[in-house]
Amino acid sequence: MTLIWLIIIPLLAGIAAWTSARYSDLWPRWISLAALGLEIAILAVLWLGHSNPIAPGEYSTWLATTNLKWVPQLGIGFSLAMDGLSLLMVALTAFLGIAAVLCSWTEIRTSIGFFHFNLMACLAGIVGVFLATDLILFYVFWEVMLVPMYFLIGIWGHENRIYASVKFFIFTQAGGLLMLMAILGLYFSHGQITGVYTFNYFELLGTSLPEWPSLLMMLGFFAAFSVKLPAVPFHVWLPDAHTEAPTAGSVILAGLLLKTGAYGLIRFVLPLFPMVTHFLATPAMIMGVVGIIYGAMMAFAQTDLKRLVAYSSVSHLGFVLLGIFASNELALQGAVMQMICHGISTGALFILVGMIQERTGTRDLNFMGGLWTSIPRIGAIGLFFALASLGLPGLGNFVGEFLVLLGVYQAYPLMALPAALGIVMAVIYSLRIVNRAFYGPSDENRIIHDLWPREAMVMSSMIFMILWLGLFPQAALNIAKPSLKFIREKSGIRLTEKHYSLASFKTLANLKRSKNR
Amino acid sequence: MFDLLWLVPALPILGFLTLVLAGSRLSRGIQSVVGVGSVGVAAAISLVIAVYFITNPPADYHFNRTLWHWITIGNFAPTFGLYLDALSICMILVVTIVGFLIHLYSIGYMADDEGFGRFFAYMNLFVASMLILALADNLLMLYLGWEGVGLCSFLLIGFWYKEPSNVRAATKAFVMTRVGDTAMAIGLFVLFNTLGTLQIQELAVRATQHWAVGSTLPTLAAVLLLGGALGKSAQLPLQTWLPDAMAGPTPVSALIHAATMVTAGVYLIARMNALFSLAPAVQFAIAIIGLTTLILSGFSALVQTDIKRVLAYSTISQIGYMFLALGVGAWSAAIFHFVTHAFFKALLFLGAGSIILAAGHQQDMFKLGGIRKQLPVTFWTFLIGASSLAALPLVTDGFYSKDLILWDVWSSTTGGPWIWAGGVFGAFLTSLYTFRMVFISCFGSPRTPLERKPRISIRIPLITLAILSIVVGFIELPSNFGNIHLFSNFLNTALPAFSGNGSNFNDELVLEIVASIVCIAGAPICYLLYLRKSDYFEKFSEFPFVSGLRNFWRSGWGFDLVYNKLLIEPFIWITTLNKADFVDSFYRLVALLVQLVHRVLSLTQTGKLRQYACGIAIGAILVVGLLTWL
Repeated sequence: MTLIWLIIIPLLAGIAAWTSARYSDLWPRWISLAALGLEIAILAVLWLGHSNPIAPGEYSTWLATTNLKWVPQLGIGFSLAMDGLSLLMVALTAFLGIAAVLCSWTEIRTSIGFFHFNLMACLAGIVGVFLATDLILFYVFWEVMLVPMYFLIGIWGHENRIYASVKFFIFTQAGGLLMLMAILGLYFSHGQITGVYTFNYFELLGTSLPEWPSLLMMLGFFAAFSVKLPAVPFHVWLPDAHTEAPTAGSVILAGLLLKTGAYGLIRFVLPLFPMVTHFLATPAMIMGVVGIIYGAMMAFAQTDLKRLVAYSSVSHLGFVLLGIFASNELALQGAVMQMICHGISTGALFILVGMIQERTGTRDLNFMGGLWTSIPRIGAIGLFFALASLGLPGLGNFVGEFLVLLGVYQAYPLMALPAALGIVMAVIYSLRIVNRAFYGPSDENRIIHDLWPREAMVMSSMIFMILWLGLFPQAALNIAKPSLKFIREKSGIRLTEKHYSLASFKTLANLKRSKNR
Repeated sequence: MFDLLWLVPALPILGFLTLVLAGSRLSRGIQSVVGVGSVGVAAAISLVIAVYFITNPPADYHFNRTLWHWITIGNFAPTFGLYLDALSICMILVVTIVGFLIHLYSIGYMADDEGFGRFFAYMNLFVASMLILALADNLLMLYLGWEGVGLCSFLLIGFWYKEPSNVRAATKAFVMTRVGDTAMAIGLFVLFNTLGTLQIQELAVRATQHWAVGSTLPTLAAVLLLGGALGKSAQLPLQTWLPDAMAGPTPVSALIHAATMVTAGVYLIARMNALFSLAPAVQFAIAIIGLTTLILSGFSALVQTDIKRVLAYSTISQIGYMFLALGVGAWSAAIFHFVTHAFFKALLFLGAGSIILAAGHQQDMFKLGGIRKQLPVTFWTFLIGASSLAALPLVTDGFYSKDLILWDVWSSTTGGPWIWAGGVFGAFLTSLYTFRMVFISCFGSPRTPLERKPRISIRIPLITLAILSIVVGFIELPSNFGNIHLFSNFLNTALPAFSGNGSNFNDELVLEIVASIVCIAGAPICYLLYLRKSDYFEKFSEFPFVSGLRNFWRSGWGFDLVYNKLLIEPFIWITTLNKADFVDSFYRLVALLVQLVHRVLSLTQTGKLRQYACGIAIGAILVVGLLTWL
């Protein structure tokens, strides 16, 4: 039952926030914070218990499950399950949720109650997406997170918000519809083959489908997830949505919504269609590489700081796509790491842009410069997250990118080479943030306040997370490990990868033998 | 004793954290105590450890300690592990001792700067990263230090961030070295994928056992690692960032862009010597790259007017010697030159800094002068550094290390007379540009008033480094002159000994004499040209061809121009062209089409019953017609 609470708590808190707004502006904020704090507490308990899985054997990777009847006639159940991967993702959701509430503390001044309702509803939807193990339920949550986000952008956004929110809605919805068709297709063909009509993830896992239908269904899922990820060329909704959304919206978009796409690819596309993923692997990885390079080039060209960060997400998520479809252990672990660290570091960058915009009234790099002189602390934090974004070793993003590239190199060396170009290009656009915003001649007359304690708290916890994940990533890697193993087993990917050529294996054996003597 | 090793990198990190977290609340005095003290204590610990290592060498002459496991996925298990052997001892001694002296010097040099605490924070972070680089027992941790020093280089070149040209120089340095670093990262992928580990010692064992000399894989891996080394050590073709890096404060140029960071490439190649020995073609390429770099940048140094740029090109050139030595397998000669170069080049930069400070930040040599009379301490120490750079025979560090390299080049199997001749020609250029610099900037009457006398915190490092620039040479003397090999004997516990064609007493003596003459020759020539100014020389240098050549050399042989036209401008052009994202126009077109259809269709909604009836009738006829026709 704990899993249901993870979804109900934010939802209830959202409603409470909405209704409490008539009494004070502070109520919604504190209610949301309290709910997310509770969420973290529940997750901590689950985290500590992750060494005792609920069931032995094949499903030993699952930490908690909930199965309720919903529409049994159609084989739809309200089933949730959590493994290490979803635990990490839900933890990220709660963490960034807190950051989102705190960073809108002074930014949002109109309809505060409704804002927090949308925020919490969106988070509830995201948690649901990370936990659902029934495809219809998954689809429902997929929509639940979409609608509140539409309002967040459309109501509290910046200048061009209506255009951006409609664009966001249409793109995601188009992808989502294709996925719905694929879900129905899977339901019926599974039913025809086995006689059991069900939407349950675990029952659908083992289905062996004919090649062509399953290829089409996989493409349906892939459409939804690659739009959300976003993969080039389906990325064009992202710069607009990120730029026009309020800060909290951008944080949730970049930090969490994009991750639902990546999560979907790992959770559904890889294991549901084991026979045909190899058809998709190469094109998907090419999309990833193109995304890395194209996103970086676009990021470099932007003058709107928010747009720059938005395009950098396209580049970073290219690594995730690449890693997922290389699908060896290193690459998948790297992709998960990159998802978490990108969530935190890009979220932080958006908060930072929000802070700068609140203080200077602009996001345009052409009108910035020399901010280091007046707000050195914010400058130093900006520098830190720019470094995270360019993949400096010691910070979490490096671990993700390096593992992805290492894994990809093992499986597809020729993909890793152009992808590595991304390492150079990330420097170019990331340093541009620092150079154009913080460095340069300063306006001595400008008096603006440096970091407030509330902001300092958010930022220092995010810095701490990135450093921790960069220097001691093993805890996170260990939690994701069994889930990724489960997925790789289900997707039939060879578990024994070649690490050595045959000849070197022999010499290694000889080496050991001679050492033993 | 070796249990204290972790403190060596940890102390500067602690200093960095203190300065970052509490920096603005501390007074300048405490800031300098923290900043300088952390490196000072690290230097003391390194010295004690080095002495202990020499007197009580551990088994197999190395000490290994894993601090914690960084990442463990399958057999990919890089650690945070320290590895101490003769080579890393040399590195940490130079980094901490020279680092400490330069930190001390910076108290005086940066005294009036508003970013005092920030400066020491960055410098401490640099020292820490450099120590991590030197002590890493696996390539991924080395890469962490490697990127860390690159970051600090960026931060410190752009330290005076209000000036856009400084920021540009900083960015250029970071991006160019990152190009090399990316090659190195791919090299790491190749090594791990084929040998299954990134532990340096294990790699050496597996590489020699699995790979034949000259086969494809070691060659590929060596080329990729070399890419990283070329970027960091500013060798052709990735050298152009270093002259621009002089935009940073002078202590930065001394520590990062002369003594330590730029020699990281040399360290990497020496550390991975087993791999490079398996790729003779790459090793030969290293020798040729080193030779070409040292000659080209020697010419560039010859025509600079900015005193720091002379030193920058000279640094590139001296690292060229180290690469030359690495290329012919003279590992310990390369490291010896690294050590001596660290002392005398740091001395020269600090001396130049002292001059620049006294002259009110005037860096143009032709506007300086009169140092000899007005700043005697600076002058004499500067002269000692310059003599060591020019390799003045018998009494300077530079002579012994450069002579060792030249002799090893001559007697090695891959080197030989021609490459030796190139090296000697480079030595001649070195001597020319060094004495040109000394004569123009130090002699004569002051062309810019010299105001400030150097403080005590500036004088101590200058004198200490001057002493080191003389005495360190005596720990390694040629076999026909003194025959002391303390340094190479020590290093040979970590690096393979040099195997040349053997020593021939007469040959060696002749070569030494030739090299000595060449090294001294620069002084009288420059004296005639620059102090006894002759009209012929003035006229000669005004010929269009000569002045064109001079400008060409001064701009560093046009590399920047080529990179600008070939890479940077096209990149900027294409990205700005596509700023609005052409992919979006496709979706806009779809939206436009939908709108168009919508407009056309809404035209039919006229509200006139007649037209609707007509439409229904036509539709009905069409449907019926279609059905009957089918």
